[in-house]
Amino acid sequence: MIEIKDLHKSYKMGSNSLHVLKGINFSAKAGELVAIMGSSGSGKSTLLNILGMLDEADSGEYTLDGVPIRDLSETKAAQYRNKFLGFVFQSFNLINYKSAMENVALPLYYQRVARKERQEKALNYLERVGLKEWAEHLPNELSGGQKQRVAIARAMAAEPKVLLADEPTGALDSKTSYEVMDLIQKINDEGNTILVVTHEEDIAHMCKRIVHLRDGVIVEDKKVEQVRASEYVQ
Amino acid sequence: MFNKDRWKEILEVLTSNVWRTIFTAFGVCWGIFILIVLLAAGKGLENGIKKDFGDIATNTMFMWTRSTTRAYEGLPKGRSFEFRTSDVQAIQDNVPNLRFISPRNQLSGFRSGGNNVVRGIRTGSYNIYGDYPEIINQDPMTVTSGRFINYNDINEKRKVAVIGRGIKSDLYEKGEDVLGTYIKIQGVNFMVIGTYKKNSNDGDGEEAQKEIFVPFTSFSQAFNRGEEVGWMAITAHDGHSISVLKEDIVGEMKKRHKVHPEDNRAIGYFDLYEQYNRVESLFGALKAVAYIVGIMVLLSGIIGVSNIMLIVVKERTKEIGIRRALGESPWSIKLQILMESIFLTIISGMTGIILGSLVIYGINSLLDSVGPVDMFLNPSVSVGVVSGALMILMISGLLAGFIPANSAIRVRPIEALRTE
Repeated sequence: MIEIKDLHKSYKMGSNSLHVLKGINFSAKAGELVAIMGSSGSGKSTLLNILGMLDEADSGEYTLDGVPIRDLSETKAAQYRNKFLGFVFQSFNLINYKSAMENVALPLYYQRVARKERQEKALNYLERVGLKEWAEHLPNELSGGQKQRVAIARAMAAEPKVLLADEPTGALDSKTSYEVMDLIQKINDEGNTILVVTHEEDIAHMCKRIVHLRDGVIVEDKKVEQVRASEYVQ
Repeated sequence: MFNKDRWKEILEVLTSNVWRTIFTAFGVCWGIFILIVLLAAGKGLENGIKKDFGDIATNTMFMWTRSTTRAYEGLPKGRSFEFRTSDVQAIQDNVPNLRFISPRNQLSGFRSGGNNVVRGIRTGSYNIYGDYPEIINQDPMTVTSGRFINYNDINEKRKVAVIGRGIKSDLYEKGEDVLGTYIKIQGVNFMVIGTYKKNSNDGDGEEAQKEIFVPFTSFSQAFNRGEEVGWMAITAHDGHSISVLKEDIVGEMKKRHKVHPEDNRAIGYFDLYEQYNRVESLFGALKAVAYIVGIMVLLSGIIGVSNIMLIVVKERTKEIGIRRALGESPWSIKLQILMESIFLTIISGMTGIILGSLVIYGINSLLDSVGPVDMFLNPSVSVGVVSGALMILMISGLLAGFIPANSAIRVRPIEALRTE
């Protein structure tokens, strides 16, 4: 599903150049649930941004579902993001003047799906994350965990090939974190490919594979026994 | 493009900070309000001034003789001469594109002291004109009773007269029958066959209502003018300027009366069209000033809108980042910002237009209630001006949104998302 070969990325900071990614080789097959771990500054967010086409690599190859991703115009990148990727952010990033349902329907709107169909799908996804009754509520009327579930529903709405989650539990307490991870595991069980960036060990062990980044290189890539989050959720 | 969601979003954004939106809108509203009111005031002045021209055919010149100032063909300078009735035919034959050529003769009387018109025991002094029937087209008047002079009167030299309503009130009892009665003009009896009223409201308003028109031929005979023509009123066909044709006419007259071709003072004339054009260009300038002032004021409003849109974009940087991460195309975002800007501009502009119209309406009803004011009449703006103003608004909304829209898509989604 994801193929990365010798990926380099550096940022210019005034006269200095900061080499963040120093040759990353990585691949993920369809249906995998991968945790990307690393301390801050290890380059994990940069990697995720490049995977999410929010940022561009200086060199290296990136293929997503057989499509080479390089030299994209903004319009093309927007199209690919919409079609291939779903994003979940640490700070939820819901649009606060739109209701939960409108937020979920947003990616479909950019796909020019008809209004009625959009709403139907959005409600369907909200139901799957257990928030159907909250469809008409604005984000600031929801709790943190609920917001993140709406965000996950939004990321799933466009039926993307890969779900990218950047510290999805970073702003949540552990109980809610496990609820969110439970949801992510369930989505993975249905065959979706998911990449989770995290620095929490317990969250990482709820994935099926852990990739450790340090100073811009992958230092460890191992399969782990998945811990089901549902064990912690009553 | 014009779907419900987009409009919903525009309204959501603009109503999220109502007072800011209102203050921003005020700038544009005020600009277009000034523009509309200035244009209407200019129009009011124009209407007022043009009313003074009355209905006079403006493509008209008046021409009379003076004395020569150069010797020519053996004739001395200082020689006086008169137009003859044959001159009328000559102009007709030699100068094309003329609509009316009316020879006129006149007995002065108004305010000149000696009474020249008598009816029974009442007397008055009025201007008496010997005219052809066409004069009613050049110096328009409304015949209020009876009829105007016709060609039978001319051919048979009938001693008939058309009098103004001012004379009617001078010489007649209230309610007295006028038609068929006789008035004595310098000792000659004329039968009154009609009364008229003039529409011009300039300073000569009273005098204009106290004139007597008699057939040119009977005038000549009754007052011993022979073949003389006092002056002429000449109107050109529409589309031909009398200012151009007058050179030919005057030239023809110089030739016929043995006036030196370069003797420009021998024949006097008054070119109404030139005067009218001068007034026209004055109002053109006035209109240009109104547009410039209005658009300048509007411009500051537009800059306000642009400013606020920049702030809105700044505030929504993160939202724009999210939307782009979700796959909204840059064009869609640009369009959104532009539409917000145009919508805000047009709505506030419309408010300005409506307020301006209300003020104009108020002034009009005030004018109606206090009666006519000198040189100011019916201030108004045409549909053309309003749609022009809307056009200006559309373009200025586009301009106001242009910079903010570009700055919105310049922000890269990753940077937009980083701002926490």
